Amino acid sequence: MADAVVSKKFDWQLFRRRSFASPMDTVITVIVFSGLAWLVWQALNWGILNAVWSADDVEQCGHGGACWSVIDARHRLILFGLYPYEEHWRSTLACLSIIATVVISCFPWTWTTKRLSTIWIAGFAIYYLLMEGSLLGLPQVTTDQWGGLALTLFLFSSVVLIGMPMGLGLALMRRSEMPVVRGFASLVIDLIRSLPLLTTLFTAAVVIPILLPSWLEGDKIWRVIIAFGLFFACYQAEVLRGGFQAIPKGQFEAGKALGLTYWQILGRIVLPQVFRHALPATVNNVVVTFKETAIVIIIGFFDILASANAAFGTGAWAPYYIEVLAFVAAIYWIFLFGLGQYGEYLKRRMNVAER
Amino acid sequence: MDASALKARANRRKLIIQSALIVFSALIIISAIRSAQVNLNALGLASGFGFLERSTGWSYSFSLIERDINDSYARTLTIGFLNTVFLGLLTIVLSTIFGFLIGTFRDARNPALKTAATVYIQTFRNIPLILQGIFWYAIVIHLPGPRQAMSLGDAIFLSNRGLMIPLLNVSLTVALVMVLVLIVAAFFMARMKVSVIKIVLAMIGLCFFMVLIATGLTVPAGEGAISWPELKGLRFVGGLTISPELLVMIIAITLYGSAYIAEVVRGGLVEVPKGLIEAGEALGLTQRVIWARIKMPMALRTIIPPLGNQWIFIMKATTIGVAIGFSDLFYIVSTSITQSGQTLELIAILMGAFLLVNFTIAQFINWLNESLKLKAH
Repeated sequence: MADAVVSKKFDWQLFRRRSFASPMDTVITVIVFSGLAWLVWQALNWGILNAVWSADDVEQCGHGGACWSVIDARHRLILFGLYPYEEHWRSTLACLSIIATVVISCFPWTWTTKRLSTIWIAGFAIYYLLMEGSLLGLPQVTTDQWGGLALTLFLFSSVVLIGMPMGLGLALMRRSEMPVVRGFASLVIDLIRSLPLLTTLFTAAVVIPILLPSWLEGDKIWRVIIAFGLFFACYQAEVLRGGFQAIPKGQFEAGKALGLTYWQILGRIVLPQVFRHALPATVNNVVVTFKETAIVIIIGFFDILASANAAFGTGAWAPYYIEVLAFVAAIYWIFLFGLGQYGEYLKRRMNVAER
Repeated sequence: MDASALKARANRRKLIIQSALIVFSALIIISAIRSAQVNLNALGLASGFGFLERSTGWSYSFSLIERDINDSYARTLTIGFLNTVFLGLLTIVLSTIFGFLIGTFRDARNPALKTAATVYIQTFRNIPLILQGIFWYAIVIHLPGPRQAMSLGDAIFLSNRGLMIPLLNVSLTVALVMVLVLIVAAFFMARMKVSVIKIVLAMIGLCFFMVLIATGLTVPAGEGAISWPELKGLRFVGGLTISPELLVMIIAITLYGSAYIAEVVRGGLVEVPKGLIEAGEALGLTQRVIWARIKMPMALRTIIPPLGNQWIFIMKATTIGVAIGFSDLFYIVSTSITQSGQTLELIAILMGAFLLVNFTIAQFINWLNESLKLKAH
């Protein structure tokens, strides 16, 4: 039933009527659509018709079209960074496990706390075991050799995995009856939210080593992930707060009247509804987090953007920077557009359910 | 156990939890200070803000006011702060204008406008801002040099040195005063409920008038009222040069920010009750009047709060300028940290500055929200 309402069929009649409703509309329609068609034609011309797909050397490129040979030659660097060449299959499988985790958690069947956390922990564990390798008896590859898309996906999944429980904790603290706990959570959330992400990450990378005794410092990558996780958690806490506000107070009271404890009320009655209400906003937050991982290039990580820069940074391929950046942009775009459309779908689905 | 005993136990537990939190945070802070002292001593660094008086001895790409390689850290940081605020405000204004335009298109009845707006939003929203910045920067620095610069009517030039545009031949102070007068005049006219078209006409007239006066009084003899960019040798002289870094930051943030604001605007327009629009149609109002008198005023109330979030987001997004070498506050602070080693103090300044700016924006949005609220509600 819900699907029937959600998927609207394209109405060709209405489209034509509205396109030419008045002389003004006709002019606008013609101009705008020919402009768009021109753009698409230019892109096709450059990207496909005149493009060189696999040139053996650079000389064959550069005749008014894209030179996709640069991707052919450098895709391993862009996708896997400095990861040892003969171990790239591990990196590929690891990436696939994260992508599968994200895709699987999009199906409504998985939306229980137990299933979702199992899937994410399993997906992340598979990723880590494959990438690091020593526990599986494979040659060990330390985190400083991880790079490219693999590193971006690693940052993304660990941030979500760490940030989600932290966000829930902060949201609960902010709703607490105890003024000190409430104030503490509000302070942390508002502070982190009004600072740029870059400041938070930079602090984790550069300032925390000064504030910690040397034995507690840990790897830079973990410090940055925890800081990024905290950033995610602060936004997620606000998302969940919206979800909490949608639950009538009577439900807590009903739970209390039944003699349930605080945690029982929370776990069995309130939280499932909160998560359901907060789902579209949560997806949105996850999308934004994936997008923002690109920023780690500034604090010196070899993520997909950094490896793209390296791919055209040297010698022969230097003139083909547009192709490499377009390739990386396309990867981000596909992920983000897909997740974004999914979020829109969830929103509509929920509006239908509420009617 | 009776009710009062249970209550007492609950209160005791709350007290214990809260004191534990306080003690725990205090312990963390104290031990952080302790180890900071140990670590800083090991590096041989003095803490405190004394370094602000020292001169920096390094240079950077962009500044609104006079600068020198011997500037003190205090002055350099101030310049960075001004750059951040300048870029932030400029891109906030530009993205808000574009965002309202595209959001309206997205909500238009004409499918062509709708499609174009959707393509725009989906393209620029789904690519990380920093990637867009690096992309445009790569394009701009690969443009032809000043000698082969692209030109528009020999007045505007685009080359790998940036964008050159004609400039009014007045000093910065005079220009600021003029902008201020315009803003104040517009504000008072809006208060007196003058229609938008009349305000715009009056602004244009006022602008013209002020330019006449200002050029008459302050332009040195023998120079024109407008300074045109001209190619002399290997570079451009005269006019205003917008450096590649600033140009790219403006383009990238405006495209990205306006895509987000467009979604906010569309969200607001969708929320307007259908009955109001139908009432307008029943009265025989045109689509334009319905939009200006019914839809937008109603939608603004839902638009303003999320719009404020976008403004704060844009202000924070200026920090990615560091990736292409635009000297915003973050860039200045991180360079200062590598040069002087005063990490803690500089990070504190950075955070304080952003808290101040974002708090100000939040206050402004609150004020706007309050003054737009329907009075009876």
